[in-house]
Formats: sequence, structure tokens, C-alpha cells
Amino acid sequence: MTLLIESLSWVLLVAGSLMLVVGAVGLHRLPEFFTRTHAGSLTDTGGAGLILTGLMLQAGPNLIAVKLALILLFLWFTSPTASHVLAQSALRDGIKPEAEDETS
Amino acid sequence: MKLREEQTILRIVSKLLLPFILLFALYVQFHGDYGPGGGFQAGVIFATGIVLYGLVFGLEAAETALPPRWLQVLMPLGLLLYAGVGVANILLGGEYLNYNTLDAHDPVHGQHLGILLVELGVGITVAAVMVSVFYAFSDRGKD
Repeated sequence: MTLLIESLSWVLLVAGSLMLVVGAVGLHRLPEFFTRTHAGSLTDTGGAGLILTGLMLQAGPNLIAVKLALILLFLWFTSPTASHVLAQSALRDGIKPEAEDETS
Repeated sequence: MKLREEQTILRIVSKLLLPFILLFALYVQFHGDYGPGGGFQAGVIFATGIVLYGLVFGLEAAETALPPRWLQVLMPLGLLLYAGVGVANILLGGEYLNYNTLDAHDPVHGQHLGILLVELGVGITVAAVMVSVFYAFSDRGKD
């Protein structure tokens, strides 16, 4: 049981780190503002979720895990809001997304 | 003004988080003698909450919630609390800020009370100064 929890936790930790690395690469390589924001915000939320869940498994069922869960909850509120506001102000400032609109 | 009214998501999320920011400031303030934190950090976190409110909902709303007149009272009040504890220690027969004298029976209790009051003074002053700096800057260029 301990081995199972330990391995699951490490899988989550490594997956989260990989996701953040992918996000950093995307932030550097993607062509324009909106795609970069997209890369940064999505991987930030997902990576933080994976890493904090992995850390919660490491901590075991105690007060530390509850605190980590609260950190995760607040990150999941604030991080998407920040990206949303950033993209919205960019749109309002006149920056046009370069990607083709596939819905129309 | 119109821009501000459109930011529905930002307004809702800020409203949701504000009580927790202020509560966390109080936690850092009063748990400061057992964990990381203290008066300065707590004051800054508290001021951050007010600044966030001012940025999202406008300066007028923030000044209604925490009027500048209160700040002019709170700034010296914190300092007076700090200095007052020190003077009280002298009057009780110790050195300036020698908390041991605050409790006649147990010096450890005196230490507890002293550090709590002094940190509260620091917290009040820091929060008030931070918020009034924000008010002063965001008032610029209006008239």
C-alpha cells in the first residue's frame, strides 16, 4: 500500500514537472501573445494541480494535506482569472489573435 | 468606468477571495509568535486586500470601505501602541520594552502579552501606511 501511494505520488510529481517544462517551452516558442498566454496559463494550472496532488499523497492524511488542498483551491481560482483578465485587456487594447477562426 | 463594469469574472473572483485575504492577514498577525509571520507581513497582506479592492472596484469604493480619515488615526495609533508598551514597561519598573514587567507573577506571560501588543502596533501602522500610499498614488492626476 505504501509502495502504491509512493509510486502514484511520484508519477504525479514528475508529470506535473514535465507539464510545467512544456509550458515554459510553449511560452518561449509559440508565435504570438494569445497562444503564449494559453500555454502559460493551462500548464500552470495543470502542473500546479498535479504537483500539489503528488505532495498531498506524500504528506498523508493530515493537516498538511488540507493546507495543500487549500493552496490548490486558491491557485485554481486565481490563475485562470489572471490569464482571463490578461487576454481580455490585450483584446481591448487592440491586439488581434493571428490564428484562423475555425468556428466561422 | 465602463471598462470596470464589464469585468464580471474578475469582480466575482476578487469578491470571493477578499475575506480570505483579510483573514489570512489576521492569521499571520496573531500566529506570528508561533509560526512564520508578524506585524509587518500581516500589515502588508491586509493592505494588499484593500489595494485589490481599490483596483477592481474603483478608488471611491475602497475609500468608502476604509476612509482616509481613519488611516490618519490608525497610523499614529499603531506607533503609539508600540511606544506605549515600552513606556508602560518603564513605569512598571523595567527597561524600555522589557516585557517581563507586564505580568507581575509570570515573566513568560508578560513576554507573550508584550510581543502581541507590539506586533499589533506594527501591523496597524504598516497596513495604514501602505493603504494611504496607494490612495495617494491613485489620486494623482485627477484634479
